[in-house]
Amino acid sequence: MSRSRPAIRRPATVFIAAALIGATALSACSTPEKSGSSGEAKDVPGITKTSVKIGTHTPLTGPASAGYAPISKAAAAYFAYLNAKGGVNGRKIDYVVKDDGYNPATTSTVVRELVQQDKVFAIVNGLGTPTHAAVVDYLNQQKVPDLFVASGASLWNQPEKSPQTFGFNLDYVREGKILAHYLQEKNPDAKFCVLRQDDDFGKDLTTGITQVLGKVTAEQKYAVSNESLTAQIGALQQAGCTVNLLGTVTPFTALALGTAAKMGYRAQWAASSSGGDYPSLVGYLGEDVGPKLLEGLVAANYLPFNADDDWVKLFQQINTEYNADAPFTGNTIYGMSMAYTFAEALSQAGENPTREGIIEALQSGSVKSNGITPAAFSATNHEPFGGAGITVVSKGVQAYLDGQVFTTDAQAGPVEAYTGPAVALTGEGIPGK
Amino acid sequence: MNQNPRRIVLLTMVGLIAAIAGTFLLDPYRNYLLALVAAHLCAIAGLSLLIGRTGQLSLGHAALMAAGGYGYVAGVKVGDGVVPGGLQPVLGLVVAVVTASVIGLVLGLAGARLHGPYLAGLTLAVVLALPALTAQIPALGGDQGLMVPFRSVPQALSSLIALEQWQAWIALTVVAVVLGVLATVDAGAPGIRMRAVRDDEVAAALAGIRPGRIKVQAFVLSAAAAGAGGGVLCFVDSGVRPGGYGVTLSLLLVVGVVVGGTGRLAGAAIGAALVVLLPWLIGLGTSAVDLPAEAAQRLDGNLAVLVFGLLLIGLTVLAPTGALGLLTRAGASRKRSAPSISPLSKD
Repeated sequence: MSRSRPAIRRPATVFIAAALIGATALSACSTPEKSGSSGEAKDVPGITKTSVKIGTHTPLTGPASAGYAPISKAAAAYFAYLNAKGGVNGRKIDYVVKDDGYNPATTSTVVRELVQQDKVFAIVNGLGTPTHAAVVDYLNQQKVPDLFVASGASLWNQPEKSPQTFGFNLDYVREGKILAHYLQEKNPDAKFCVLRQDDDFGKDLTTGITQVLGKVTAEQKYAVSNESLTAQIGALQQAGCTVNLLGTVTPFTALALGTAAKMGYRAQWAASSSGGDYPSLVGYLGEDVGPKLLEGLVAANYLPFNADDDWVKLFQQINTEYNADAPFTGNTIYGMSMAYTFAEALSQAGENPTREGIIEALQSGSVKSNGITPAAFSATNHEPFGGAGITVVSKGVQAYLDGQVFTTDAQAGPVEAYTGPAVALTGEGIPGK
Repeated sequence: MNQNPRRIVLLTMVGLIAAIAGTFLLDPYRNYLLALVAAHLCAIAGLSLLIGRTGQLSLGHAALMAAGGYGYVAGVKVGDGVVPGGLQPVLGLVVAVVTASVIGLVLGLAGARLHGPYLAGLTLAVVLALPALTAQIPALGGDQGLMVPFRSVPQALSSLIALEQWQAWIALTVVAVVLGVLATVDAGAPGIRMRAVRDDEVAAALAGIRPGRIKVQAFVLSAAAAGAGGGVLCFVDSGVRPGGYGVTLSLLLVVGVVVGGTGRLAGAAIGAALVVLLPWLIGLGTSAVDLPAEAAQRLDGNLAVLVFGLLLIGLTVLAPTGALGLLTRAGASRKRSAPSISPLSKD
C-alpha cells in the first residue's frame, strides 16, 4: 500500500466526533430546564415575580440596519423609562434584542434561541416581512405569543391559521386605499403611477391603490438587492406620470426622489408610512438637498406625529433621557409606540400574566394602543389600526393635515372620513397608572 | 483497499443510530443546532472532497445549496396531493439533490477547463448572480423566496420527541447517506482516480484516466451533497430565501473545509460544527460582557463578527492543516512511544 489512501473512511467516527463536539460544546453552556425556583410564577416562560422577559429579531448589522436598528433602541428606551417608573404590575421588562441581519435563515436561528434558550414570554415586534415569515409557523406551533410584527403584510392577520400572531403596522392594502383616495380627491385628473418593491409589501400596497383608482398608468417594480432605480424612474417619466405612489422602504424612497431630481423629472410623490418618514429621508438625502426634494411629499401615517402632540412630547423626553439623545425620527416614535402597546397589553393580561392571558386581552379589544385611530384588535382581527391620516411636508415640517384621517377595510369597502379623537395620553404613558 | 463498501454501510448505520440516540441528550434548541450542523456538513463534506481530492476550489456552493432549497420546494409542490404527506419531504429531498446535481454538471463541465482562481471566479459569479436570478424569475419568489408548509412531528412520535429532535433525525439521516456515499466513492477506484488527476494530470492521462471526466464527476457529486444540505435547511426552516445563500455562506463553507482539514470527512464535521456553533457561542460570550453604553451601541451585533474573524485567523495560523490535523498530530505524538504505527505515517 504505497498509494496515498483516504485519511478517513469511517463515517461512524465522523458521527461520533460530531456528536461529541456537539455534546461538549453544547452542554458546556447548558441552562437548567425549568428551575422551579420560588421566583417563578406558575411556570409561565419568561415571567417571574419581578420581571417579564421578551425578545425580538431585528437587523443590527447588514444593509437594512441603517433603516431599522433605531426601532429596537427606541423600544429599549421606552422600556427603561417604564422600568424606572416601576414597570407593569411590579414587573420590569427585560427586552432581549437579537441581530438577524435581515437574513431569514438567521431569523430562524435567533428566534429559536430566544424561545428555547432564553425562554422568552413572547416575541415582540419581530422586524420584516421575509424575515418574520420564516418563523411565524414555528411560533404558532410552539404557542408563543407573536406580538406586533413590524410589517404591514396581510400575512399576520390570519387569526384562524396563526392565532398567536398580531401585526402592528397598518396593513398595506388599507394604506394604499387611503393614500389613493386622498390623492384622487385632491387631483382627479392626474396620471397616477406606482413604483414598488417586488414583494408582499409592494404587492399589498398596490392592491389597495388599484382598488380605489382602477388601473394605474404605469407600474414599476424593483428588488431590494438591486441598488439602482434609474430604469424604473425613467419609465415613469416616459409614461408621463404626474402622481407617483411609492411602495418603497425609506432608502428607496430617497433613491427614487434623488434619481428623479437628477433626471430633471418633477412629479407629486406619495409614500407609505414605511417609506415616508421625513427626518429619516433627510438623513439619506442630506441636509442641503433633502428639504428641497421632499417639499410637498405626501405620506400616510397612523401613529402620533405632530410636534405638539402629547405622545410625541413624551417620547422626545424619553429619547433624551434614555436613548442618549439619538436622532428623533418616525422610527423612534414607532419603536416607543410599539413598546407602549406591549406594556398596555401586558397590564390588561392581569396581575399574573400568562401566554393565553395576553392573547385573550388582545382579542377582547381592550388594548387601544396610541394611534390616531384607536386599535381595533379582536378575535377575528389581528391588526391594530383600521385607519390612517395624511401628512404633508411643508417648509421642512412634516405634519398631519387637519381633517384628513380615514378608515377603511382591507377589501373592497369604501374609504370613509374618521371624525373620532386620537387616543389621548394618560398616566405619563405608563399603562395601568 | 481494505475498506469495502459493506463495511462503510455498516459503520454509517452504527454512527447514525448512535447520533440519533444522542439527540435524546440534547434540548430542543441544541437539536435544532445539530440539524443545522448536519445540513452544513453535507455541503462542507462534498466541498472538502472536491477541494481535497481534485484540487477544484468552488466558491459557488452556497448557490448549489440554494438550488437544493428551491428543488425541495418544487418537489414538495409537485408531490402535493399526489404522494402521501409523509413522503413529500422525501420527494423534496430527491428533487433537491437532482436540481443541484444538474447545475453542478453544467458548472463542472465549464469548470473542468479552468484551473484554480478561474474556477473560483466562475463559481463566485454564480453566487453573485443568484439574487438577480431570483428577482427575474417570478417562480422563484424574488427576495422573499418560497415557503413550504410547516411539517411537525409525525403523529406516532409526537408524544415522544420534540419538533427539533425530529428535524435533527431527518438531517442526520440525510447526512449519513451523504457521508456514506462520499466515503464509498473516496475509498474506491474513483477516489484513486481523483487523487491521480490532482497530483499530475498528464501522468493520469497516460495511465488511461480522463482528467476532465473525473473532475466533472467530482463536481457533480459535490454539488449533489450541497443540494442535500440545502434541502435539509429548507425542510428545517420551511422555506428557502436567496438572502441566506450569499457569498458569505460560500466563504463560510470554504472556511469550514479549511479549519476542519481539507479532504477529510471527519475534518468536515469539525468544520461544520465550528461554522454553525462558533458564532452562537461567541454571541453568548460577548452578551455576557458588560460594555459601557456608548461602546455597546457601536459594537452592537458587530462584536461577535469581530471575535469570530479573529478566532478563525488564530486557528488557521496555529493549525495550518486544520483542526483535524492538530488532533491527529496530538494523537500521533502521544502514540509515538507505543509500538503501533502512527496514522499519519502512511499518508
